[in-house]
Amino acid sequence: MHRFANPARFLRIARWATPITLVLGLILTTAGLYIGLFASPPDYQQGESVRIMYVHVPAAWLGSGGYLGLAIASATALIWRHPLATIAARAIAPVGAAFTAICLMSGSLWGKPTWGTYWVWDARLTSMLVLLFLYLGYLALSASEGEQGGERKGAAILALIGAINLPIIKYSVEWWNTLHQGSSINVLAGKSAMAPEILTPLLVSVAGFTFLFAAIVLMRMRAMLAEQRVEARSRRLAEAIA
Amino acid sequence: MIEAVVARPDLWASYIWPSYILTIGGLVALLVWSWTAMRAAEKRAEDLKRK
Repeated sequence: MHRFANPARFLRIARWATPITLVLGLILTTAGLYIGLFASPPDYQQGESVRIMYVHVPAAWLGSGGYLGLAIASATALIWRHPLATIAARAIAPVGAAFTAICLMSGSLWGKPTWGTYWVWDARLTSMLVLLFLYLGYLALSASEGEQGGERKGAAILALIGAINLPIIKYSVEWWNTLHQGSSINVLAGKSAMAPEILTPLLVSVAGFTFLFAAIVLMRMRAMLAEQRVEARSRRLAEAIA
Repeated sequence: MIEAVVARPDLWASYIWPSYILTIGGLVALLVWSWTAMRAAEKRAEDLKRK
């Protein structure tokens, strides 16, 4: 892992990985959403409203998966002081927060025709809202510590503590009685309760959103590294003039 | 006997299209924001390198 601690080496990889992830993401997302909207069949119980799943599930997956990435990056920054780890965490946080917000809003739009309400304080919905607040807390603390010239340790610790919310989100539908349905896909067992005509566009959509998430994070990391170079060079120029 | 007529909203107009517009709009905004920030920062770094 320390091989990638070198920002120059990371940039060499990121320069070719960015366009690849971006193009793959755009193609798969467009295909998944098109099939989901126009080519997949309506659900036998939910009817047409099941089409919201093709945007809601990928957003939920990246809201939670993004937070796992944020927690791993924060742990790496705290334990090994990996120079890119803090940058990766800062790059992931706003993107993960945006996907969590999209998940909550699209879920709310799905809830109204399915449950008859936009919102209930059930365990899954509430734990996802807590996830959004954790992201916002990380962003606020990280910005505040950055302004004071700190190493953003407080934000990293908050990200690690917040990771306890991830198993709560995952198992909320089993531990409590919730309006939210249980899991339809068991990744570890490779089983799904969905029909292939519904599962296929969902998986294509999830893959597309994941590539787009990676592309956005890579672009944000490149921007932050470039800003660091500008700051360092400006400091050196100012010192040379003085 | 009283007969009630329950008007059901159009699923596509009320829920499906709004959720897709919200998601695609959010994705496009994230992509444009990160792309322009990256290009601007890398251009500044290159310009400063040439000085």
